[in-house]
Amino acid sequence: MAKTLREYYGEALVRYGKENDKIIVLDADVSGSTRSALFRDAFPDRHLNVGIAEANMTGMAAGLASVGMIPFVNTFAAFVTSCGLLAARTFGSYSKLPIKLVGTYSGMSDAFDGPSHHALDDIAIMRAQPNFEVIVPCDAASTDWAVRHCVETEKPIYLRMSRDVFPNIYPLDESFEIGKGKVVKEGTDVTVFACGLMVGHALTAAELLEKEGISVRVADMFSIKPIDRDLIFRCAAETKAIVTAEEHSVIGGLSSAVSEVLAQEGFPVPMEFVGINDTHGECGPYKELQAKYGFDASAVANKIRRVLDKKEKNGK
Amino acid sequence: MMNQAETDRLNHLCRQFRKDLIEVLHERQTGHPGGSLSVCEILTVLLFEEMRVDPDHPDRVDRDRLILSKGHAAPMLYRVLAERGFFPVEELHTLRKLNSRLQGHPCLLDTPGVDMTSGPLGLGLSVGLGAAIGLQKQGLSSRVYVVLGDGELNEGTVWEAVMSASKFHPENLTTIVDYNGVQLDGPTSVIMPEGDLKAKFEAFGWQVLTCDGHIVADLYDSLQKAKTITSKPVVIIAKTVKGKGVSFMEGQNAWHGKAIDDAHYEIAISELGGTD
Repeated sequence: MAKTLREYYGEALVRYGKENDKIIVLDADVSGSTRSALFRDAFPDRHLNVGIAEANMTGMAAGLASVGMIPFVNTFAAFVTSCGLLAARTFGSYSKLPIKLVGTYSGMSDAFDGPSHHALDDIAIMRAQPNFEVIVPCDAASTDWAVRHCVETEKPIYLRMSRDVFPNIYPLDESFEIGKGKVVKEGTDVTVFACGLMVGHALTAAELLEKEGISVRVADMFSIKPIDRDLIFRCAAETKAIVTAEEHSVIGGLSSAVSEVLAQEGFPVPMEFVGINDTHGECGPYKELQAKYGFDASAVANKIRRVLDKKEKNGK
Repeated sequence: MMNQAETDRLNHLCRQFRKDLIEVLHERQTGHPGGSLSVCEILTVLLFEEMRVDPDHPDRVDRDRLILSKGHAAPMLYRVLAERGFFPVEELHTLRKLNSRLQGHPCLLDTPGVDMTSGPLGLGLSVGLGAAIGLQKQGLSSRVYVVLGDGELNEGTVWEAVMSASKFHPENLTTIVDYNGVQLDGPTSVIMPEGDLKAKFEAFGWQVLTCDGHIVADLYDSLQKAKTITSKPVVIIAKTVKGKGVSFMEGQNAWHGKAIDDAHYEIAISELGGTD
């Protein structure tokens, strides 16, 4: 059985925890869900379960970081970027203390728990915090790299995790670099900038459309902040049509990040956004939520067709 | 026990700090006088008697840490740090100016000797707890001192941290409440009555010491006693007077953050012993 993204995360914590005794892991009574429990079992002395107190947890992490520890803060994305935000902005963003906030169950991946537990605004919130890096891994290899990057980088970082199983995109020894997106499939007609769950969906959509003679480039924008400006320019210039795809609101997330880059440089190309359209979701099976709220492979395919229509009209 | 000469020296410093604070806040026409005056002796005893700090190497890892959670008392923190040698006393005149190292509320990146950013209330004890645990995990003998305001105790996060301190109880953490009884909008008993504060801390598993927060020897003794208690977290509730030393400011919430006009400035300075 394939593992969930959060399971890969917990395993990575243990892996790097063996090498570095400055790593300390905090959890707010959801270590079974975040999978920080794996770290607890391996290093009980370096796992602090603070109970259901996310604000206090994030503040404690700031204190730990201030004396040289490397604290990983674990709870649901919806809560760490709300209850934890005051401490995150005061001590992480403003004071540059290198706290690592890990928001699991992001997007609608905590499907049946409903909108109170979904996180569709976390990227927007954390992207607006100066000095924070925002990373959205999509599989085992990128999750492992992201954890290592958190350990090796003296910066505050928001790491977005999911409850669900995502397809593996990369070989396990793939190398990544912060601020550099990765083209995971070449194509010439349109570029899909995707992150997280949507990388796999974009590849599926690309495969589908290849049969219709449409050549789709897919770029994994795991580094939401800093964003890969060069890759965005290059793809805009080469394919002249862009679709962004994220399991997040279309306000403030990847779609905004890509749009901002192109708008600032006066380089507009036809664009379409795959994401949640300024609404809350509901509870239900994850796959059905993806279909209803428009963030599955067929939603990506539809937006690609639409953006190509625009591109064609522009060309006339 | 602190000897008489040392007591006299600290009292003399505190008089000077109060005068200089009024000078600077009058000159700058911004900043918080009330809570700065109440925390004067607490910060002075900590930085001149209690804490292991090194003004020439403000970032050395084995130093003690001070977290002024009630960050609006920054002007007094800056005054004490300057006297202690972290930066020139004249720099106080840049308080709250553009390009100043002395921000309206403390920021650890800007000011030598400031160990932690504060301003948004209710977070300092969480941070202090984390720092204390982190120091302990690394085998460092440094202590962490957290100074809370009493109005700040309205914040729920303080009580999350109080609960967590009981669970993790690092022995290198000392918490002090500047118990001046007044917050921005009025007396704490009116704005948000906190009831029996001692009983509340005790119910969370803490040991409570009380002292007069304007008597330096009393503060010093309490800080020594706090270090001998290792079975549970300790809080020193230091009874203080908001606006201490300036008659018309004492106990008055109106002077929480009000600019000092010329007429009030003259009265305040004469009460504090006149200009030098």
